[in-house]
Amino acid sequence: MKTNHKAEHFVAPVEETPLLATDAVKTDDAPLSLWADAWRKLRRRPLFIISAVMIALIIVVAVFPGLFTQVAPDNGCVLSNSNGAPTEGHPLGFTFQGCDIYSRIIHGTQASLMVGVFSVICVLIIGVTFGALAGFFGGWVDTFFARLGDIFFALPIVLGALVITQLPFMRENRGVGTVVLVLVVLGWPQMARITRGAVIEVRNADFVTAARSLGVSRVGSLVSHVLPNALAPIIVLATMELGVFIVAESTLSYLGIGMPGSVMSWGNDISAAQASIRTNPAVLLYPATALSITVLSFIMLGDALRDALDPKSRQR
Amino acid sequence: MIQFILRRLLQVIPVFLGTTLLVYFMVFALPGDPIRALFGDRPPSEAVIAQLRQQYNLDEPFWVQYGLFLKNLFTFNLGVDFTGQPIADTLARVFPVTAMLAIEALIIQGVFGIAFGLVAGLRKGGIFDSTVLVLSLVVIAIPTFVLGFALQLLIGVQLGWAKPTVGSNVTWGSLILPAVVLGMVSFAYVLRLTRASVIENMNADYVRTATAKGLSRRQVVTTHVLRNSLIPVITYLGASLGGLMGGAIVTEAIFNVPGVGQKLYQAIIRTEGPTVVAIVSVLVLVFVLANLLVDLLYAWLDPRIRYEN
Amino acid sequence: MTTSDVTIHEAGTPADRPLLEIRDLAISFKTGSGEVQAVRNAHLTIMPGETVAIVGESGSGKSTTALAAIGLLPGNGRVAGGQILLDGEDISNASEKRMIELRGNVIGMVPQDPMSNLNPVWKIGDQVRETLKANGRPSGPDDVAKVLAQAGLPDAARRAKQYPHEFSGGMRQRALIAIGLSCQPRLLIADEPTSALDVTVQRQILDHLDKMTTELGTSVLLITHDLGLAAERADKVVVMYRGNVVEAGPSLELLQNPQHPYTQRLVASAPSLASRRIQVAKQLGVSTEDLLASAEAVAGEPSMTEDVLQIQNLSKVFKLRSGFGKSTDFTAVDDVSFNVKRGTTTAIVGESGSGKSTVAQMVLNLLEPTSGKIIFDGVDTSALNSKEIFAFRRRVQPIFQDPYGSLDPMYNIYRTIEEPLRVHKIGDKASREKKVRELLDQVSLPQSTMQRYPNELSGGQRQRVAIARALALDPEVIICDEAVSALDVLVQAQVLNLLAELQSRLGLTYLFITHDLAVVRQIADHVCVMEKGKLVETGSTDDVFDAPRQDYTKALLHAIPGARLMLPPEVA
Repeated sequence: MKTNHKAEHFVAPVEETPLLATDAVKTDDAPLSLWADAWRKLRRRPLFIISAVMIALIIVVAVFPGLFTQVAPDNGCVLSNSNGAPTEGHPLGFTFQGCDIYSRIIHGTQASLMVGVFSVICVLIIGVTFGALAGFFGGWVDTFFARLGDIFFALPIVLGALVITQLPFMRENRGVGTVVLVLVVLGWPQMARITRGAVIEVRNADFVTAARSLGVSRVGSLVSHVLPNALAPIIVLATMELGVFIVAESTLSYLGIGMPGSVMSWGNDISAAQASIRTNPAVLLYPATALSITVLSFIMLGDALRDALDPKSRQR
Repeated sequence: MIQFILRRLLQVIPVFLGTTLLVYFMVFALPGDPIRALFGDRPPSEAVIAQLRQQYNLDEPFWVQYGLFLKNLFTFNLGVDFTGQPIADTLARVFPVTAMLAIEALIIQGVFGIAFGLVAGLRKGGIFDSTVLVLSLVVIAIPTFVLGFALQLLIGVQLGWAKPTVGSNVTWGSLILPAVVLGMVSFAYVLRLTRASVIENMNADYVRTATAKGLSRRQVVTTHVLRNSLIPVITYLGASLGGLMGGAIVTEAIFNVPGVGQKLYQAIIRTEGPTVVAIVSVLVLVFVLANLLVDLLYAWLDPRIRYEN
Repeated sequence: MTTSDVTIHEAGTPADRPLLEIRDLAISFKTGSGEVQAVRNAHLTIMPGETVAIVGESGSGKSTTALAAIGLLPGNGRVAGGQILLDGEDISNASEKRMIELRGNVIGMVPQDPMSNLNPVWKIGDQVRETLKANGRPSGPDDVAKVLAQAGLPDAARRAKQYPHEFSGGMRQRALIAIGLSCQPRLLIADEPTSALDVTVQRQILDHLDKMTTELGTSVLLITHDLGLAAERADKVVVMYRGNVVEAGPSLELLQNPQHPYTQRLVASAPSLASRRIQVAKQLGVSTEDLLASAEAVAGEPSMTEDVLQIQNLSKVFKLRSGFGKSTDFTAVDDVSFNVKRGTTTAIVGESGSGKSTVAQMVLNLLEPTSGKIIFDGVDTSALNSKEIFAFRRRVQPIFQDPYGSLDPMYNIYRTIEEPLRVHKIGDKASREKKVRELLDQVSLPQSTMQRYPNELSGGQRQRVAIARALALDPEVIICDEAVSALDVLVQAQVLNLLAELQSRLGLTYLFITHDLAVVRQIADHVCVMEKGKLVETGSTDDVFDAPRQDYTKALLHAIPGARLMLPPEVA
């Protein structure tokens, strides 16, 4: 004992802090899964609401362009209208070749969106599979996919695209498909890397071991326990990549290795508008704005999703 | 530490080989006459074709071709372009220009990205933070070339603050505008990464322990938080070199900078295959080496990595 | 600070004034759903040179109170009322400048988790030097080495140039103690300073800390959840419950005569105290049956039972890759043999690195042994084909340590408990639902829990769900791998009682892996002590506790907090 100072024995009155039953279960409140919890958080964020509404609008425009403009984008091109100012029925004016800008923007939505959506779907299929296998099984499987991914990573998107599009069959068959192919070939390593990381984090959890010890097979535990818990970062990345791929497509079109000129896309329009940038910058800025707003919606959505699915902010 | 370096080197070699093999394979080894394919719609004369076939050793078996290709690459024997000029000479001329541009972009995106990210992270939830977060997304959403045109128009032509094109006047000053455009997207990523890193470290236990020692908040932030937060950011900066190289093509075209990117772009437009392949291979080599250096830098900064199994 | 500021009690006068006095302290936190009161009414007094312990479970407010004293509440916390008087000065709302002056040389802190509390990319020596420099003390390499050596770090000069991940857990904690005491503060706040460490290391470090603080005359505010430890190390114990101080007084008196119902519950449930009580009772020849959690099982234990599990010469060697194709062998389990009788509880006790969890994994057939045999119900498990292993899994089930990791966050409770039934294709949907409801009843959880998700339940509730899941297949043997180690004391007692009750009702056999010898005393019939992969001692619980043969076992027993306390055998 270090001190011989006599301390008094204090006892608080019991009514002050009534004893609760040890460890009682809350019986009120609705059940909250991760997705329900995330949805509740998302609903309140203005950025999410804005981007969700925008995306819905964009999808409608892409699927039903006729609802938004009666002017046919190609047939209406009259050279005499070249670089003309906005007039009745043509709210944004005319391009260098006399085509209605507004109409081309509306109709261009489809190609740009398709590139983004198809690229992301393929990247998900390839990237998630490779990444999950690498992360879950480790060992030489992991090393193999890691090296493979590194090889593709070493080609920055633009450089890689340049090289790939030199291939003869690529040159002959330019279209939405080839653009998607380029983006997927160069974009899968990123998805694989994220998936691999998420899977590695989850695979050592006790609930996975518990599943194995009640008889679930290794692959079974990967599919029914590991992957569902690894989905959050995958979904966030997929949403953001949708936006990034659409931007990438426009850069490729600018370089002349994107969509063929016959396909109406924002990238092509922006690229074609270079010639008239000094005289009529609007021709370039309108499709560029449409593209940027679309991309921004997707990456804002991805950002909001990331915050909502963050495990550290879950209710406990 | 030596073990770590050696292990990384061993990992880099197969990657480099794989990438160059891929490039070479795609251009030269696929069915069809690669030489004619290289020149697209405008095949050169038969004499040039024969010379190129010999130059690229197309009559040898594939692996020999590839081996000779690699040897040429490392001895800077990069062949000749459409006009008969040695590619290696051309590269020696244009490479320093792009290097200047890339370094300037790296510095701008690094300094501003880290500074803004630091302030945003330290004042999380504040006005600066929310604004900066949205603006960084906007920057990513705008294609680089659109940004380039817009800034060129605004600052170069309408406001006249800088010359809209560079041309033969290559100085650190004249390259500022192209460097800003080039580094924009990376700047946004650096900002977000710094911010996230700072937020994570501010909440770390060891920061509380440091405060318990009697340090002021300023001391804690500069000596503990900043240092630890910068580690992932610096490594990202190194890795962003790849994006810079790709972006250089676009930027140099817009601002008329006589660098590697412009040369590459011209070669693409004129469908000069050999030039494209040579330049891309050199760039890949640079990129792979830069990544290796970045990994080593990371290991030096974060001692835990050196002991990883 | 000179030694004249630090008064030893015998000297007289200044020692009559408290060094730290907390009165009616209220602390609240701003959360997303409004202000939450973490501490409602805390009060305590620390005299110079005294050690006072705050004991409580998680959520009691003990750490928050202590952090308020050093001004380190998290950003959204604030002192809502009351006073914190340091030597007469109210520092509850002091300016940051004043707090910076006080931290380090008047109030020091030793935090809980040694790994996360040291900057991972800085050398240890630099982190110590920073403390000395910030408080105006000499900070050359010799001074740093001296501080580290005083905290018990051998070879201090060399160690100062190393990084935290190169140190063991105990060494890191010593480094933190060195940092906390380097400027000889008058008050040291020690927040669970040893709970992350092995039991034998804990005792060494606490002994050393005692020595250092006595020499320096430092007062200590010790935060702990272990009542036995608090009573052993502190002069006064303060018990907190849900933000209030419910009882406070001299430690021994509190243990011998607890008056508040909560304290009484704690005293009755704390394993180290219970273990001590049983020990004392045996020495006095008093019956111990009602002191044991598995009382019913003990009372009704049949004298002849067969071995349901036989472990023979079990070994596991791991190959660790050390770069460039070379690998070193690491022997995790070395020639371990023991038997488990049906219907009993056998405990495997050991510190970290002893190999006990590896043994559990091999028994569960999740890891292949390098050599040796596991014989379950007469059959060698290594000889089973995959179909037989599938059937084996129905009969042997695990419960793991971490209640926050052993349930899939994406599955609701119903799916979690139903999964084993579904995988083994037992019954149809309706009968499975019925079974799940029954299981929830058995573990005393309301049936409505079925629709909830793991993140909505507390640690103890999740562990009960884990028990329900383990019982779903009507197993014969349950492997409890540190199943109660992560739970609060009272919740732990509840879960142990539940396990004991289930054992007597269903005739289960338990293989209980733990590092806590005190818990073993309460629930196990047989004990196996493991050290560094080897089985060091084995026998019935009574034998091992009353007459330990090996030095290591004796060291483990000696390390149980509260081992030196004199306690009456009666339960409060």
